[in-house]
This record gives sequence, structure tokens and C-alpha cells, in this order.
Amino acid sequence: MFRRTLLRLLVVLTGLAASLPQAWALVEININKGNVEPLPIAVTDFIAGGDLGQRVTDVIAADLKRSGLFAPVNKQAFIEKISNPDQAPRFDDWKVINAQALVTGRVTQEGDGRLRAEFRLWDTFAGKQITGQQFYTQPENWRRVAHIIADAIYESLTGEKGYFDTRIVYVAESGPKTARKRQLAIMDQDGFNARALTNANELVLTPRFSPNRQEITYMSFEGNQPRVYLLQLETGQREVVGNFPGMTFSPRFSPDGQKVIMSLQQEGNSNIYTMDLRSRTTTRLTSTAAIDTSPSYSPDGSQIVFESDRGGRPQLYVMGADGSNQRRISFGDGSYSTPVWSPRGDLIAFTKQSGGKFSIGVMKTDGSGERILTSGFHNEGPTWAPNGRVLMFFRQAAGAGGPQIYSIDLSGYNEQIVQTKGFASDPAWSPLLE
Amino acid sequence: MSRIHSPAAGRMQTIARNPAMIALFMTLALAGCASKKNMPNNAGDLGLNGGAGAATPGSQQDFTVNVGDRIFFDTDSSSVRADAAATLDRQAQWLQRYPNYAITIEGHADERGTREYNLALGARRAAATRQYLASRGVPANRMKTISYGKEKPVAVCDDISCWSQNRRAVTVLGGAGM
Repeated sequence: MFRRTLLRLLVVLTGLAASLPQAWALVEININKGNVEPLPIAVTDFIAGGDLGQRVTDVIAADLKRSGLFAPVNKQAFIEKISNPDQAPRFDDWKVINAQALVTGRVTQEGDGRLRAEFRLWDTFAGKQITGQQFYTQPENWRRVAHIIADAIYESLTGEKGYFDTRIVYVAESGPKTARKRQLAIMDQDGFNARALTNANELVLTPRFSPNRQEITYMSFEGNQPRVYLLQLETGQREVVGNFPGMTFSPRFSPDGQKVIMSLQQEGNSNIYTMDLRSRTTTRLTSTAAIDTSPSYSPDGSQIVFESDRGGRPQLYVMGADGSNQRRISFGDGSYSTPVWSPRGDLIAFTKQSGGKFSIGVMKTDGSGERILTSGFHNEGPTWAPNGRVLMFFRQAAGAGGPQIYSIDLSGYNEQIVQTKGFASDPAWSPLLE
Repeated sequence: MSRIHSPAAGRMQTIARNPAMIALFMTLALAGCASKKNMPNNAGDLGLNGGAGAATPGSQQDFTVNVGDRIFFDTDSSSVRADAAATLDRQAQWLQRYPNYAITIEGHADERGTREYNLALGARRAAATRQYLASRGVPANRMKTISYGKEKPVAVCDDISCWSQNRRAVTVLGGAGM
């Protein structure tokens, strides 16, 4: 019997993990229910030399907990001490403390210096392994391997892609409001490994990730010429996007990463343009005597949502990728700004200004079904996790010295601050790293 | 146990090994939380010592103190108000008297809007100001504009007494806009 279990483990470990777990798992989370009861999960310290196993475990447990979908069981309650993660645990010991899922694992140093991290996810009530995988990495990437394992657990138990192995690029702010310093910075989605990407000498705003390269586009006032730039994350190389006669701002990549879409200001008007990064050709998409800005592509690249005050106040509009068929989609009270198309394609997140409050909300792509997720003195600038389940935005409370970044579930529950060293704004979520 | 070399873990190595990614560490000082009202609306606040009469005619100080370097706007508006028009009339006269100065008009917005929209709104205010000055005889080629959106407030508090000071266009002698 035991041998059969081991055989099964072997199958999972040789790469069928993705297809098998759904059929096996009795433990499952339906994440479309709204405010779900978090699933109790026991994440045991990975077997390792020193405290590395515990550190890896803590990162995994923290990821799962922050998602709001899991409730890691307090380690003090554990009965069985896992000493051999290859063996089936004593399921009864875990059932009795109501751990419905159990994670065991091991971290070992290979002869070539790499770390090998392996884990198994168990369904304690079914008495079965759900999945087991292993990863190799350099020792300094131990946090990243922990995020990858947390993603695998999330995916196994929810049926959806995780988002823990991702980064956030944002604007780090310091100094008094009247002399605020701003730097582009990047951090892991849990707030760790934060580092600056630019110095504090230039005003920089609105960084956005490329969908498929280690590259961001952003706006900088370098040389008192406010323009859109590209920044290669691996080399630090920067370049101006296009040669336009006025201020360019509010950039974002197309879903294929080949274009930057942005606003160009000329006199009092701002219109939307694209620049193809290969051919360097620019295309004008809107022509109004108004402010057209904050463009964001649908994930299939066929449509663009943007903000315009052509009707008086800022509202949301949708048009074809060639600028055709421009139509207003937001009709609620107040004004609507910073639309961002969901990676799933079905929703548009926005900032809404109404009744003296700033809210983050979502609506369907035809403008129906508006739902406010959070509301207060100042909330602004939503960005989607790559799985379309979680948003980040920035908030400045009344009387606060500066903004901070928060995350919230699409359901409107589980709002959490993302810890940064100083003030922070303009978060933009990376795609799932590969 | 078989070995699966995850492509994810493989590419991660190239990212994290890159020196450019780890070269810069943030040294962000914790910003103070002072949010006292701070409204530099007169020459004293702006650090321009000496009474109005003390400014040398044709100097930066003369322009700021005796003419007025800034105008204010209503919420979400770029219309030049009557009080602002009076200031711009004085600016136009002064700039015609001292034709050596080129100017940059800085457009600003208050904090009650989103970042991108406010960049455009500041640009619209700067453009409206420039248009007005042009209509009063200031040559267009002496004027540049730049928008800072809501990023450079002069008054810091969370009510209209500050917001109304921040919705402004400032005429800067020299300066470097586009």
C-alpha cells in the first residue's frame, strides 16, 4: 500500500502535476463566492540545514494568508513533527487540528551550490497527496522559490493561477509634500526586496510593466522635458519613446509588448497615440479638443479603454484599437479616471471621484455592473494582479503625510496595506514571472 | 525521485544575478508627517525680503512682488478668472517693458484628481495663461509651458483653503519648459 503511494508521488513529480490535482482534490476553494471562509492549511517547516526551511515556510504561509483564501494553522498546534517529507504524514494528526491541507517540504544544497526546494501538498481528509514539485535555484533566490511554491499551492486548491511570484513597480516618495522626491522602485508583491530604479533627482511618474520583457515604461521630467521613457530592468538602459512636440504621459504597453500607448499634450488638449517599438511609427487614435488620457488595452489587443473629459467631466470611453467607434461607457455620478482592463478581459477597474470621495471600483466592459471596492478620502490608480483576482492601488488618508499602497480582493474584501519603507504610489503589477 | 528543472527557476537566475537590478538600494528617509498649512502667498513667504518698494525695477523680485507671478483657477477649470486676468494684464505690460525675459508658464492642479488627468489639466491651464498673455501682446516665441499636474503643491492641507492655492499657473522668468 505504501509502495503504491510512493509510485503515485513519482508520477506527480515527473510533471503531471498540473493535470492530476483537480481530479484528486477534495479540498477546494471556490473563490468566486465573495467573502470566502479561509481554508485552514498547515505549512510545516521545510526540512533544511539551519533556519532556511523555516524561512521558506514563513514566506509561503504569509503569501497564502495575505490572499485571504487561506488560514495557516498555528505551528504550536501541530501534533506530528514531519521528519521525512517523502513519507505520507499521519493524516489523523492533521485532521484533528482541522488542517484541511498540509504542506511538507525540504530544501537542500546541491553539489553545484544550487538550492533544491521540493514540496508536497496533501489533502488530509482524503488522505492523499494533491501535488508535489521541486525547483532549483541560486541560494539568494530562496524567497522567489517560496513564492513559486505558494503559487503552486494556490493553483492546486483554487484552480486559478497564483500571483505570488510577481513584482510591483511603483513610485517611492520621500520628503515634505512641497518638495517631494520621487523615485521609481521595484519590490516583490509582498513588499520585500525593494530597490530603487532611478535616483531622486528627476520627477518620475506612472511606471508600467511590459507584458513580456524585463522592461517598464514611465514618465520622467528629466531636463524639464516631461516625456515617456522605456527602462530596461536588466541593463538600466533608458530611452525616450518617440519624438513628440509636447508632453507625453500616461504610458502603457500593448498586450503583445510591441507598442506603447500614451497621451500627447499639445496646447490645452491631450490626445492618445501609439508608437510601434520596432518600426518607430506613431499613430494618432483620438482627435478631440479635450483631455484624452489613461489608455489601457483589452488583453486581446482589440480594444482600448481610456478617460476623456470631452463630455464635460472625466468619463470612461472604449474604442477599437485603431481609434474607431469611440463610445462612452461610464454614466454614474461623479467622474471616472484611470481605467485598467482586467487581464481576464471581463472587467475594467477605475478611480471614481464622487461626493468628495475617491473610490476604486470595477465595471463590466460595457459600463454595466459597477461595483465599488473601497472608498475614502483619496484612493487612486488600480492595477490588476496577473490572475485578475486582486488589485493594488494607492491611498492617502486625510491628514496623512503621503500615499501608501494597498491590495484588495476583487470581492471588495481582504484589504491590506503593502509595507514600503517610505511613502509609495502608482503601483503596477508585473505579469507572472517566467 | 526525478528531477524537474523548472523553467521558472531557471530564468529567475538571470534576473536576480543582474547587477543593475540590485545595484541601487533605496535610502528613503522617513518623511515627516507635518501637514500644517503652508501657503506662500506673499513675498515674505516666498523668501523675498524687503518691502514692495524695495524691488529693483525689472528684477525677478519686482515681477513677483509688484506684478504677481501667479494666477488661480476654479476646480477642474482652466478659464482665466477676472482677478487672474488683472494679474496677467500686469504681467503682459511688465514683459513688454522688459523684453529681454523669456518665460515659462508652469501649470498646476490641486490634489483632488488623478495623477494623469491632472498633468493634462495643468497643461491646459498653462496653455490658457499663455494664450491670454499672447492676446495681450507677449510674443509667443518668448513663452514656454510645462505642467506639473498635482505633483508640486505649494499649500499643504486637506481642504479647499489649500486646494485653491494649488490650482495655479505660475509665470517663471527663464525656466525650462517645452
